[in-house]
Formats: sequence, structure tokens, C-alpha cells
Amino acid sequence: MTRKMTTPQAFRALPFRSSEGIATLGIWAVVVLVSGTLFWLLADIFWHGIGQVSWNFLTTEPLNAGREGGIAPILVSTGLIVGVCMAVSIPLGVGTAILLAEFTANESWLGRFVRLSLDTLAGVPSIVFGLFGNAFFCKTLGFGFSILSGGLTLACMVLPILIRSTQEGLRAVPEDYRRSAAALGITRTATLWELLLPAAMPGLMVGLLLGIGRAISETAALIFTSGYVDRMPESIWDSGRALSVHIFDLAMNISGGESNAYGSALILVTTLVMINSTVSWLAERFRKSRILVV
Amino acid sequence: MFNSNTSFHRRSEAALVWGLRAIALVSGAIVLLIVFFLVWEAIPVLQQVGAFRFFTDASWHPASNEFNLTPMLVGTLLVMTIAVLIATPLGILSAVFCQYYAPPRIAQFYRRLIELLAGIPSVVYGFWGLVVLVPLIGRLHPPGPSLLAGTLILSLMILPTIALVADASFTNVSPDYLKGCAALGLGRWAMIQNVVFPTARAGLITGVILETGRAIGETMAVLMVSGNVVQVPKSLFDPVRTLTANIALEMAYAVDQHRSALFVSGVVLMLIIGMLVAIAEVLNRGHLYD
Repeated sequence: MTRKMTTPQAFRALPFRSSEGIATLGIWAVVVLVSGTLFWLLADIFWHGIGQVSWNFLTTEPLNAGREGGIAPILVSTGLIVGVCMAVSIPLGVGTAILLAEFTANESWLGRFVRLSLDTLAGVPSIVFGLFGNAFFCKTLGFGFSILSGGLTLACMVLPILIRSTQEGLRAVPEDYRRSAAALGITRTATLWELLLPAAMPGLMVGLLLGIGRAISETAALIFTSGYVDRMPESIWDSGRALSVHIFDLAMNISGGESNAYGSALILVTTLVMINSTVSWLAERFRKSRILVV
Repeated sequence: MFNSNTSFHRRSEAALVWGLRAIALVSGAIVLLIVFFLVWEAIPVLQQVGAFRFFTDASWHPASNEFNLTPMLVGTLLVMTIAVLIATPLGILSAVFCQYYAPPRIAQFYRRLIELLAGIPSVVYGFWGLVVLVPLIGRLHPPGPSLLAGTLILSLMILPTIALVADASFTNVSPDYLKGCAALGLGRWAMIQNVVFPTARAGLITGVILETGRAIGETMAVLMVSGNVVQVPKSLFDPVRTLTANIALEMAYAVDQHRSALFVSGVVLMLIIGMLVAIAEVLNRGHLYD
């Protein structure tokens, strides 16, 4: 880097003005291209989807393999899958994050092992989660194609996100809090429950929302763990079709399913946009409150 | 009384720490469990057929005992390479725009857009590609579902990854360098090209590795737009099937050796991802996600 900076001929080769102009033009062109494509996608989904969405669409059963009717059982299945996923991943994730942030030295073998394996877990493709879920939850544990299997598979998947955000939240709590608590003779357990966790709550909430967002947008891990059945699920032992699987099925396997796929896609995208805006709002608030504290 | 109280606290604290350790071990063991089950399910076919036949068989017909994975492997690598080649410059220039060209308000707005792009589920990308992009390409050069459609959709999907990582690593470039450039009277692009890019190189490489990982693992969007014919494509307009799409398409009805062969492709995917994570870890000395 320094070599390039100090060698005069590195700059002499550049025809000064014109390269600047071309670069500026090029960068604005990229921005227009990227935002244009995104707007095209969103406008297309909105335009074709808004005609489908109504109260009826949300509250009735799909008819004729999903070509007509609504998506009520699919919404219920999606909710149940996300519920199972969160019920399992929150205790695991928060516990792991607390251990990593508060009770383990960075260099201890446990900390290093858990961190490395979480980094790897974050990179595992969703289809591989699907294979694993099918082999472990459906077959070995005998849960079959069920909402339970799907939710547990997703729980493994969202764990890294949840842990990372909770850890960030805990790390953002000023060191002074811990020292003051220790000086007052408060046990670390009490410090954790009364002081650190409440202070780290925004981080936890961000992780929770990001996890839910990841869970409802997942398709590949669910097609062969929670299955395709589009009837109203009676318990978490039943197979249930998630919203994203519904869109996939309507688009690929059902001719004439496009309009209802648009409607479902609009519901999915709207939910995700709401989740993401809440996340950035929370993160912003979090940042401001930290400035006040420090 | 006082004594017993302290020892009670100490015991409860020890219990808490051990409980947390157990939880962390479970979280850490998931990856091992995944690798174990992939390999466990892959072993039968590897024993009966052997690893070489996955590259030397005549074609991919698991039902009639032919297991050539090469077309899918080539498909995955082609789609991934072209998508990364398209998305990397677009993503890095997007980050450059946010940091050095845009007025603050527009930069903030554009960042939100990129985050929005990152949050759209792959099935929605795939659906949009299927109903909008594929017919367009089909008009240009039939049939439509093709390598080109797959790479375009995929590059759109991985663009936010590289853009957000590049944006973060540009933030870390020391302002002193930028002031020095301004003092030397350098133009903006000259500064970015000669000072910012070399300084942020490690971050940019990490971004490329992360987007490559996403590109390899992406399933649904690529499956929906690229036609899924088992072949090595001869042009951009030929249909192609990736490893991930192959798993998603055939898992539903696969039994015995066929099912086992799909787990072999899962193992191959895990190996590639593992290599990428290892490179990223070395580059960042273990602080990839910190």
C-alpha cells in the first residue's frame, strides 16, 4: 500500500480529469442499476399481489391445489414452525451468548471451539440443513415430516444469528456496570439477571427479530423436513406447509398458481420489510442510548 | 449463617456456569452433528460404489446405478463464478458510493435499500426471476430458463453481502489517509483506487469469500430459474443444474443408494464451505463475525 502511495508514476499513468469523470459516472450508473432492479422486483410483487390480498385470502383454506382460496392453514403452519424454532433456539442461543460474553476467557478451549463451530454453522447452506434435519429429526429421532422437525431444523440455522446479536448486546454494556456490581458484593448471577440482561435487551430483541426473519424466509431447509401438506395442522406432529414453500410450490408445480403465489409473496415480503424496519429502528435507538450511557 | 449463605451463592453460581457450559457445548456440537449425519448417510453409497465413480460414470441416473456428479459440480462452479464476477464490482462500487460519493441522506437511503435487498427471501427472487426474467431471456434466446437467468438472479442476491462488508471495511480506513490524499490534491477516484482499496483489501477479500459461500449454498432461486437439465452447459443460454438444486429436486423421492448419493453431494458442499470458512478465519485471525 505504501509503495503505491509514494511511487509517483503510479499516479502519472492516470489521465486525471477524465478518469475521475468516468468513475463518477460509472458509480452512479451502478447505483441506478441496483436500485432500479430492486424497485422493479418490489413493484412487480406489489402490483400483481395487491389484487389477491384480502381478508378472505388470509382466512380461508386453499382450494384446487392452491390455485384458488386462501392461505390460512399455511399462515398457521408458518407461525407454528417459527414458534418451535424460537422456543428451542432462544434458550440455547442466549445461554451460549452469556457464556461467551461473560463467563469465558476468549482464549479458553471451550470459547474457541464454540466460536469456530458457530462461524462454520453460519456458513452451512440451507439445503444442507435440510438434509441434516431429514436424517436426524425426521428419521433418527422419528419425528417424521412434521412442524416439529422443521422448527428444530430452523432452530439450528438461526442459532448463529441469535448468539451474535445477544453477544453484541452484552458487549455494549459498559464494563463499569460489572465492576460496580462486583464492588457492591452482588453475586455474578444476580448481576447477570438484574443488570446485564436488561441492559442487553435491545441486542437480544434485534437477534430475535433477525432470527424470525431468517426463519420465515427459509424454503430449502423445510421442503423435506416439514413437508408440503396444506391442510390446517392439528398439532406440531403434523406436516405443515410454510409460506415460502407455498410460493415455491405454486410457482413451480402448479400451473395457474401464479396469482396466488404473487399474493403470498406480497404477504411474505411485507412481513419481512416490517421486521427489518423494526430492527433498524431498534439498532438506531440502541446506538443512541449507548452514547448517553458512555 | 453468613458462611452458609456465601457458600450457597457460590454453589448457585457454579451451577449457573456449568449449566451455561452445557448449553454452549450443545450449540457448538450442532456442526459436528451435521457433519456426522451427512457422512453417516453418505457412507453406504461410498462403500458400494466408491468415490471415483461420482466423476467417471457415464451420466447421472441413480436409479440405474450411474452416479456422475460432474455436470452438477461444473454447474455450481460456473453459476458461482459468473455471479461473483458480476456482483463483486457492483457491490464494491455500491459501498464506494455510500462512503465517498453520495450526500449523507442518499447514502443512508441507499444503505437501507441494500439491506432490504439482503432481506428478500430467495424464493421471492426465484419467483420474480421465473415470471419476469426467464420470459425476457426466452424472447432473446429460447428456451429461457438458463445459466444466464441463474447467474443474474444469484448476483442480485449476493450483492448485499459484498456491499455491506465492503462498506464496513471502508469505514475502518483511517481518516488520516484520506486527509493526506486531500492535501496532495488527489481526485476522489484516484484516492479510492490507490489508497482506499489497498488499505481495505483484507475486508474486501473477506466479503468476496462470504458472497462465494452464499452463492454456492443458494438453492431455491437458482433451482427456479435455471432449467435443471443435467448437462455441462455449452452457452449462457443453456439450462444447467447445480448441486443444491439437484438435492432439492430429487430428495423427495430418493431411496437407498440414490438418497445416499444426494448426501454425498451434501458432503461435497460442506467441504467447499469448510474451506472457505478456513480461508476467512486465517485472513481475519478468528474474528470473522466479531
